[in-house]
Amino acid sequence: MSDRTGPFEPKIVAFLCRWCSYAGADLAGVSRMEYPPNVVPMRVNCSGRVDVEMVLAAIEKGADGVLIGGCHPGDCHYVSGNYKTRRRVALIKRALSEIGIDPRRVHLEWISASEGHKFQQTITQFTQRIRDLGPSPVPAAAGAKVGGNG
Amino acid sequence: MPTPKIGVFVCHCGLNIERTVDTGAVAEALSEHPGVTYVSDYDYMCSDPGQRKVIDAITEHRLTGVVVAACSPAMHEPTFRRAAEEAGLNAYLVEMANIREHCSWVHHDRKEATAKAIRITKTLVEKVKGNHPLDPVQIDHVDKCLVIGGGITGIQAALDVAESGFQVILVEKEPSIGGHMAQLSETFPTLDCSSCILTPKMVEASRHPNIELLTYSEVLDVSGYVGNYTVRIRKNPTYVDPDKCNLCGECEKVCPESTASEFERGLTERKAIYIPFQQAIPSSYTLDESTCLGLRPLRCSECAKVCEPGAIDFDMQPEIIEEEVAAIIVATGFELYPIFNLGEYGAGDVPDVIDGLQFERLLSASGPTGGEVRRPSDGRIAKRVVFVQCAGSRDPENHNPYCSKICCMYTAKHALLYRHAVPDGEAIVFYIDIRAGGKGYEEFVQRATEEERIEYLRGKVARITRDGDHVVVWGVDTLSGKRVELEADLVVLAMSMDPHPSTAGLTKALKISCGGEGFLKEAHPKLRPVESLTAGVFVAGAGQGPKDIPESVAQGSGAAAKAIGLLAKEKLIHSPEVVSIDEDICGGCGVCVGMCPYTALSLNGAGVAECNEVLCEGCGTCVSACPTGAAQLMNMTDTQIREMIKVALVDV
Repeated sequence: MSDRTGPFEPKIVAFLCRWCSYAGADLAGVSRMEYPPNVVPMRVNCSGRVDVEMVLAAIEKGADGVLIGGCHPGDCHYVSGNYKTRRRVALIKRALSEIGIDPRRVHLEWISASEGHKFQQTITQFTQRIRDLGPSPVPAAAGAKVGGNG
Repeated sequence: MPTPKIGVFVCHCGLNIERTVDTGAVAEALSEHPGVTYVSDYDYMCSDPGQRKVIDAITEHRLTGVVVAACSPAMHEPTFRRAAEEAGLNAYLVEMANIREHCSWVHHDRKEATAKAIRITKTLVEKVKGNHPLDPVQIDHVDKCLVIGGGITGIQAALDVAESGFQVILVEKEPSIGGHMAQLSETFPTLDCSSCILTPKMVEASRHPNIELLTYSEVLDVSGYVGNYTVRIRKNPTYVDPDKCNLCGECEKVCPESTASEFERGLTERKAIYIPFQQAIPSSYTLDESTCLGLRPLRCSECAKVCEPGAIDFDMQPEIIEEEVAAIIVATGFELYPIFNLGEYGAGDVPDVIDGLQFERLLSASGPTGGEVRRPSDGRIAKRVVFVQCAGSRDPENHNPYCSKICCMYTAKHALLYRHAVPDGEAIVFYIDIRAGGKGYEEFVQRATEEERIEYLRGKVARITRDGDHVVVWGVDTLSGKRVELEADLVVLAMSMDPHPSTAGLTKALKISCGGEGFLKEAHPKLRPVESLTAGVFVAGAGQGPKDIPESVAQGSGAAAKAIGLLAKEKLIHSPEVVSIDEDICGGCGVCVGMCPYTALSLNGAGVAECNEVLCEGCGTCVSACPTGAAQLMNMTDTQIREMIKVALVDV
């Protein structure tokens, strides 16, 4: 399975907004669009619910990559949550590069409920990107704490 | 918190899940997960015996939470929440782990898919462990419904809601209701005269005591929530008092300014003061400010001089109307794909290449030619007409990728009506293939091809140009494999259907989404075709996708039924999964207040944040911004998410 004896298979968590990206993932499913199984999706009401701590917690707990899916600009079910996400993700990326983690490990994508194909593409490309980047430098077997002054 | 006793129910969904996910292994893995005290797997968990298993297990094992590992929550979350309630377990202690759409349907490797299914299910177990039992918020609502769009769909919806005893506001952008159906000559496959079946409905809508008609009006913005939307509508000035106007038409005769008639699709002109068509409702003239010589300052006023009843009022102002409504039906309809985009077919520069709606006007007894098929260029009777199907449709490289659905049928109707109007005329149809799925449709096309001597050529037209007096059509007959070059008197393009241009702006105001092609998006393509994802907003008609009259009417009635269902309820239910503020932690910084798009948050007298649960939609944007963690989304707290992340990443 995902034991790390074979070639590196990344662990990725995705926060998908309920109205667009999660529904886009549903559509990819209904349309039987195949993509790599590395991503565990989690449904949040709005991409605006995703905060800095959630992303950092995922990386701390052993995620090699974090994907955030929101509605397209202007289409947010909650009016403007995705704009706030966009700003937060920029912040997260800067924070990550400062602590020596490649900011490309976090990715924000706008995927609408009718874009099953885009969901498939996003998962496939992001998984490949993380494969190329290799395992996260955070010394964590799942659940392990980050070292004291690490 | 008491020790959790979570039940996990893994569904096979026949082979839909079982084929790629080892559901037995999922159940077994979950049985060892902390807090899980009961697991079960079954063929169809959503079936009656499946739900019975859930109900019985809740009772027998005193479960404090349930995770159903099956399909998307969009599908069966309500099913299992209801089942749990039957067993006395609060609905909000039930979660769906989506191992079908997000797992079994998109992976092939059984081992990998099973591992992922286990991870997904574990995240939901962790969520349920942190869930609280919640009671839905009950809200009062107003008793009115707004219908946007006065075409046949909107008229039908408005009439159905009004007949049920509820108040309706019907808003139409144009000076008259009726929509595109009013422009049609006859309708397929029965050849009913379109006006004859439409105008009685228009009259009924205008006279119904429960319908308030707002024509020449536009919806500006919408705020609020299901049951209590506040809508602002701008009623544009017609400068004519409809109660005084007696339709004598004297104003029109003296008006010096004219422009292309929208109703006649540019085949004739209309004056600046005009009535779109004789049976228009409201039956009154409209002064089109943009065509008039000028109102401010007044430059002409010839119309007012001849208006005996004194109906013309140059000082009329736009009116902003604010209404409270419980439900909104969006029936904004379609517009034809712009002919200007079809460079290969002359881009509108060849006068005798017209679109389907223009041809409807030529065929119509009330049209500019009185029903005679005369060419726009020289008024001669067209003796050879070429009909081109799929103009702008089914062409993903250059135009719309989708099939506009109605063109095969209306082209057959056009050709047939043309042959009746010009018995010695020749009708040639270019088609890709004939799609005539509908009651009596195939028979109608058969009649056109066999009895009416209409020639059908299978192939696409590559180019249309003007050659002196004629229109030259280049195409290929793919059945004989020969190139075809035809000289025609008139070419009719069966143009693709676009969503009406007003749709995009409106969907923003309503916070509903559009599909890729700009059509209104329904909540579920099969099971919730007339609902949007926003509670209380319904979609119907050709604005949702190309469709013909019977389908539009059916959707209008369907959306009306949904709206009536909502209006008839004594109280509406609002999700209790909203934000709560821990007053002990809140520092009163007010960051959340600025974040909330619904003005649900405010600082109270004690200087701490407060959430109005009726206004809160539960997006959680404030939660992410709260620096102290005082703002938390019920049943999706920071702690819950952290636990979910942890198990999402463990090796299985």
